[in-house]
Amino acid sequence: MKDVKCECGHVNPHGTVLCEACGKVLVEESPDKSLLDMRYEGSARRSQTYNKTIVDKIWNFFSSVKVGVWLIVITLVASAAGTILPQEMYIPPTMPAEEYYEDQYGWFGKLYYELDFNNLYSSWWYLILIAMIGISLVICSLDRVVPLYKALKAQRVTRHEGFLKRQRLFGISENGDHDDLAVVKQRLQAKRYHVREENGDLLAEKNRFSRWGPYVNHVGLIIFLIGGMLRFVPGMYIDKVLWLREGETKVVPETDGQYYVANEKFILENYDKDKDKTFEAAIDRAGMVVKNYQTNAVLYKRVGPAIPGEQPELEKVKEHKIRVNQPLKFESFALYQVDYKLDELNTMSFSLTNKESGKAFGDIKVNLYDPKPKYDLGNGYAVEVLSFFPDFEFSENGEPTTKSRIPNNPAFVFKMISPEVPKGETSFVAIQQTIEPLGDNQYKMAFKGIETKNVTALTVRKDLTIWIIIIGGILFMIGVIQGAYWNHRRIWVQNKNGEVWIAAHTNKNWYGLKKEIESTILETKLIIPDDQMQKERNDKEGV
Amino acid sequence: MAALSSNLLYIAFILYLVATLFFGGAIKAKNNTGEKKSTNRWGKIAVVVTIVGFVSQVGYFITRWIAAGHAPVSNLFEFTTFFGMCLVGAFIVIYFIYRTPLLGLFTMPVAILVIAYASMFPRDISPLIPALQSDWLHIHVTTAALGEAILAISFAAGLIYLVKVIDQSKASKRTFWLETVMFGLVTTLGFVLVSSLFSAMDYKAEFNWIDKNDIEANMEYTMPAITGPHEGELLTSGKFEPLVEMPAMINAKKMNSVIWSFIGGIILYGLLRLILRKRISAALQPLVKNIKLDFVDEISYRSVLIGFPVFTLGALIFAMIWAQIAWTRFWGWDPKEVWALVTWLFYAAFLHLRLSKGWHGEKSAWLAVIGFVIIMFNLVAVNLVIAGLHSYAG
Repeated sequence: MKDVKCECGHVNPHGTVLCEACGKVLVEESPDKSLLDMRYEGSARRSQTYNKTIVDKIWNFFSSVKVGVWLIVITLVASAAGTILPQEMYIPPTMPAEEYYEDQYGWFGKLYYELDFNNLYSSWWYLILIAMIGISLVICSLDRVVPLYKALKAQRVTRHEGFLKRQRLFGISENGDHDDLAVVKQRLQAKRYHVREENGDLLAEKNRFSRWGPYVNHVGLIIFLIGGMLRFVPGMYIDKVLWLREGETKVVPETDGQYYVANEKFILENYDKDKDKTFEAAIDRAGMVVKNYQTNAVLYKRVGPAIPGEQPELEKVKEHKIRVNQPLKFESFALYQVDYKLDELNTMSFSLTNKESGKAFGDIKVNLYDPKPKYDLGNGYAVEVLSFFPDFEFSENGEPTTKSRIPNNPAFVFKMISPEVPKGETSFVAIQQTIEPLGDNQYKMAFKGIETKNVTALTVRKDLTIWIIIIGGILFMIGVIQGAYWNHRRIWVQNKNGEVWIAAHTNKNWYGLKKEIESTILETKLIIPDDQMQKERNDKEGV
Repeated sequence: MAALSSNLLYIAFILYLVATLFFGGAIKAKNNTGEKKSTNRWGKIAVVVTIVGFVSQVGYFITRWIAAGHAPVSNLFEFTTFFGMCLVGAFIVIYFIYRTPLLGLFTMPVAILVIAYASMFPRDISPLIPALQSDWLHIHVTTAALGEAILAISFAAGLIYLVKVIDQSKASKRTFWLETVMFGLVTTLGFVLVSSLFSAMDYKAEFNWIDKNDIEANMEYTMPAITGPHEGELLTSGKFEPLVEMPAMINAKKMNSVIWSFIGGIILYGLLRLILRKRISAALQPLVKNIKLDFVDEISYRSVLIGFPVFTLGALIFAMIWAQIAWTRFWGWDPKEVWALVTWLFYAAFLHLRLSKGWHGEKSAWLAVIGFVIIMFNLVAVNLVIAGLHSYAG
């Protein structure tokens, strides 16, 4: 493509609208426009120049702000739609999602589920939307930042008449003189303008860096999105839940058997309205307010190699009270307090009792997580555990079975051995019920008591993407502040035809720029430039 | 300390009302062009009263903090009140940049409504649940509220723009929607008045009802029941029997409050129309005749530019940091999080439309109004209607 040489001698790339150096209009976009379109300095953007190949077309599609805004708006609406009903991860696990939505929300719930809105944020189309926003960010930024940078770098002090006249702020002072220019220059410098002078013309510029704000924040966003994508790389992100009973030590998942954690005690505290008088009314209204969830945890590290089937040798690393907001951290892992269960059954005690005399012949205490096969009571008395169902229920064909390994509803088949019946009597014992399947027994297992323990649930988290996310976030904030809190201002004070022409441009906050110009030319013979946009508008409004 | 705190809030509220009247006086008194530095006497008094009110509310905030032992931003009353305070604070700052009393005339009533609305919720000092026991409570919530408040200033400016620019001589889509916004504000006032009325009468009616899990439950109404709960049975004698019974899925009590607010709003609006004999926006039009459109447009845009980074920092970044610490993950698609993202996306779209598509002036003003509606939705509806992790805020 051919470059365009301006009358001022500067060679502009093909597609340039305003000469990079002097601002002369090279391509008249619409002849009746009285003000210049100053966005991107009228530089040659790829998307505005080429539209032939498929690459051009894709580039042009994604570089369009219109497309970008549509992507944002569609994502916005989709995100909002995902909050109409709770997402699947937030529904109670009591029934499958398929039934839950219809059961709770009727036909609308069913529709919601059928549209896959129950997992909207991980749906393929939502991810594609986010990916398209990412692509749009890259292409939009590249399409604009490079030519803008070049144009701002190439600009000369002396500008073309047509350029100055068609700035939003523009005014002609017929009798300004050299002294005025000197005063103006000095005042502008005092206002931290960078003032360049050529042929007696002035160009005062400040805060050009704020023009890079949008691109910096876009880079931040791209890094953020990449960080989000990396979560799918194996090993970068770990999300596991570890249930731990009091007194239990377990290996921390995903640590290669390196780390173990013990739950010494789980504590649940409520606010006490007698002690916390300030909160009395609020506690009365709510009934009960939790003050603290806490696991007194001990972290261990394995010493020496792991030998299968053997107890590992552990070395204490640290103790930590894991509370909400106070996770236990080690290496790149963190353990969070997320759930609990109070008073889970731990042991059950029974006495071997003669039904007739009511006399007891010894007690057994069954650890519900590790029942012994046989409990010897001496003098010819013993109890065998033939079967154990920690979470007992009858299966469909009427057989006793267990739902899980958690002792929510323990049941036993005992064999009671006594001198009278050395072969033993069989008894099925569950909570509140006893069945003697082989006829009447002489002995029974009388229930004596239970011991319970609290159980804590800890989330095991490792997230190596977090640093990328943090860097993306910081860059975004820097960029957005850079772009929002500073304004790129330029003021041209130039001699044309023996008059002094003043024109000014800013990317935003015209009010501030006007005030700055007013105070700059105060008490000089120069005239305050007009706001040509306001004038146009006023003409239209008839004010 | 708690009593002192309530009194300070009360004083602040009265002062804001007084300030609004003075801002009104400032507009009426002189042909104030807004852009020039000469604020008249009324305007100066108005600003001073606003600042005194603001200081009083800061006093409320500090004394309540001392009484509770944590920053008073932990429930809906506290957060909304704080949002109102930020709105006034943001206005004061913007006032000293642009020095236009007209902005006060539009911002202060919004702040007053916000605070009055907040006071309709339980005002007890509540203890912090474990998830809230963190310094990030102060950091995240205050920054988010401040960001939203600054963005809300753009709504006030946008409203001024629309009141001025829309031709009221004939009915059109634009007059309809602007009037809808006014009606929304009036309905908020309706809610406040109706709630205060019934609470002054100490209206209480108890119901037994069957919830959606077929379990019998108890519910206390503080307003006469128009919509009764599912299979509800009125226990308190001599109280109003519900007109319509709601299915178990719908919270009949909240529905009832909404209906009462609308009744209050419609009556109030009807009265206003009767007195004014024209649309509210038409009645406001003379007040804004001297302001320059470009100037309010600038204020509106500037507020978005100042507010957007603060909002991002408070409602997204600080929120993510805290979520990582308290909830194990920085982002979990909780409804409140999603709506913060929606708000953020909306203002991002606003900025792009303005920068690149040249959506200045009226279009931009409408966007500022929609943005405020989204913020209010996140504040009100997401807490009260869509329950999520943030629902303790009620």
